[in-house]
Amino acid sequence: MLHNRFGRLAATALAGTMLMGAAACGGSEEPTTTASPGDAATSAAPGGTGPKVGLAYDIGGRGDQSFNDAAAAGLDKAKAELGLAEAKELEAGNGETDAAKEERLRLLAQGGYNPIIAVGFAYSGPLKKVATEFPEVKFAIVDDEAATGPNISNLVFAEHEGSFLVGVAAALKSEKNHVGFVGGVEVPLIKKFEAGFAAGAKAVKSDIKVDVKYLTQPPDFAGFADPAKGKTAAEGMFDAGADVVYHAAGGSGGGVFEAAKAANGKAIGVDSDQAKTAAADLQGVIMTSMLKKVDVAVFDFLKNAAAGAPKAGTTVYDLKAGGVDYSTTGGQVDDIKAKIDEYKQKVISGEITVPKEVG
Amino acid sequence: MNAAESSFTDRLLGRVRLEGLLPLAAPLLAVVFAGVITSIVLLVSGDPPLETLVAMADYGTQPRSIVLMLNYATTYYLAAIAVAIGFRMNLFNIGVDGQYRLAALVAAAVGGALTLPAPLHIALIILVAMLVGAGWASIAALLKVKRGVSEVISTIMLNAIATALGAWLLNKERLAVEIAGSNNIGTKPIAESGQVPGMAIIPGTELKVFGLIILAIAMGVLYHVLLNRTRFGFDLRATGRSESAAVASGVNVKKMVLIAMIMSGAAAGLIGMPQLLGSSYSYSLDFPTGLGFTGIAIALLGRNHPVGIAFGALLWAFLDTSSSILQLREVSPEIVRIMQGTIVLSVIIAYELVHRYQITAGQRRVSKELSGGTTPPRVEGASA
Repeated sequence: MLHNRFGRLAATALAGTMLMGAAACGGSEEPTTTASPGDAATSAAPGGTGPKVGLAYDIGGRGDQSFNDAAAAGLDKAKAELGLAEAKELEAGNGETDAAKEERLRLLAQGGYNPIIAVGFAYSGPLKKVATEFPEVKFAIVDDEAATGPNISNLVFAEHEGSFLVGVAAALKSEKNHVGFVGGVEVPLIKKFEAGFAAGAKAVKSDIKVDVKYLTQPPDFAGFADPAKGKTAAEGMFDAGADVVYHAAGGSGGGVFEAAKAANGKAIGVDSDQAKTAAADLQGVIMTSMLKKVDVAVFDFLKNAAAGAPKAGTTVYDLKAGGVDYSTTGGQVDDIKAKIDEYKQKVISGEITVPKEVG
Repeated sequence: MNAAESSFTDRLLGRVRLEGLLPLAAPLLAVVFAGVITSIVLLVSGDPPLETLVAMADYGTQPRSIVLMLNYATTYYLAAIAVAIGFRMNLFNIGVDGQYRLAALVAAAVGGALTLPAPLHIALIILVAMLVGAGWASIAALLKVKRGVSEVISTIMLNAIATALGAWLLNKERLAVEIAGSNNIGTKPIAESGQVPGMAIIPGTELKVFGLIILAIAMGVLYHVLLNRTRFGFDLRATGRSESAAVASGVNVKKMVLIAMIMSGAAAGLIGMPQLLGSSYSYSLDFPTGLGFTGIAIALLGRNHPVGIAFGALLWAFLDTSSSILQLREVSPEIVRIMQGTIVLSVIIAYELVHRYQITAGQRRVSKELSGGTTPPRVEGASA
């Protein structure tokens, strides 16, 4: 009897652990199965004469349908156009420490990879350390300007400005004067999207209602990879009377699109032109997407590095530099394009300053 | 002939029981089993098993990797001990994860807000962490004692609540400060007086081992002494074995549940300390998570034995450390997860098999002794 009780407990625990484990890394595991093209791509571009490039992703890696993928797209473009000798892609594990990130970057640097790109702010501390150790290697980090050094390029984006434009678009298209924002994880970065979106919507209609919902709280980053949560959140907004919902939730966005389709509403994509990349039957509900051109930033950096002169320090990819923008695929915003572009000019000229923080 | 054969079996089994080879056979069986499964997975995924394992061992035994491994293992060890304390009493503290995260956050905030002379500063941070961990665990303990709520359910829920509470606290209006130019936010960095310097004990690398590895070792010793050398430990183990028997012998089970859970929580509070005081100095968005669950796996792996857990933690840490080299060799890092899962399962299955084997063997022996009334009953003597 004792053994039975113990066995049952052990089984419960094991099941629990696995369940938790699965819940904790569910998001990052699924995409990585689709990530196998990465390996193929690595070996598919051999023999080039360009540099050996190392790319360190954050959790999720290639195939996350979010910014890791955007960085991968930039790398793929560089492979095709710059004739890279080799490209090595490593990704972070769940709940790992800074020491693991540092080791990843160091392995790349030791392996002769130069330049090396770190995708995600979590690499800030580790990158700074490793960059000091390898002064001859050129490093770049996406979404962070805290790690600085003569051989570090910081590639940062004005997500709030891009979000402002889609906020404008949402308000112009909303018939019920009610829009929604679904954030993946409540972190400062995603709050920038929210702040810009709300500001854009209110710039058009000051009395517009903006629903806001974050899928998870840190340190639970599942909100970037949980379409079911995205769907539930968006359904709630559509039920409450919203007719346009913008998501900044990575892989969870697919659920937002499904909810939009079911509710006959509209959705706004994020990071890449999702009217092209989302599932075919959902593309129709995506009226526009906020483009955060991580691919362009990565490609530019690699191009400069291949030419031998990457720019150290911060490069801000804002509206003015074309680093963020909105997409017009599908023609759904063609009728209001002039209006959006008017706001775009105002932001570029500095007439409108978009807030970075939720007011 | 027939008699000699069975007497040989008897002798073999008797010797095994006497000299205790079976407890060694179980882990061996587990390692073989895990090795076979991993090799099959590697073969299926198109990677040469032997080369891959050799590469992992190669990388894992470099001085740098050893330091990284020890540092990981320090944290894992503390996590597993926290789990094991409850485990020994049949208490399933799934909430170790939430307990340590909350503890690390609050302790980091307190440590960042104050400056005290070095030993006091460190002691205060560690004390706060233990108190917070214990406090959070005591909610589940009280629910169990007062309302009979299963600690499995309540601690899982408390994990979720700890996440939400942590997110609420880690805000610029509360415990967090902005990190200039970063999308990260964290608590105010702990001043130098609150940092625990690393130890350069591994030759061949400038990388340092967490100073708090000593804390982990001390916890292991404490765990052993407490369980095996004190009345409390006896009561705890007795309650774990049989609640009714413990009650009959005068143990206050409710009190034991409360104390064990609180101790488990206090130990959980320590999990984040090596990383916080030895490396991060601040609790930020990228502070490691999920260690509580790793702790459950390692406690199972180590059979709740302080030395077993140490081996488990080192093995786990070795696998984690060498996963980087796998990616560099184009082997999917998920292989390491599969290995870790397989090893835990293998250990459980192997011990169960050996256990059953031993029981059956014991029964067989007893029945043989009983039925063989006229033949000499001394089996060992007969065969010698």
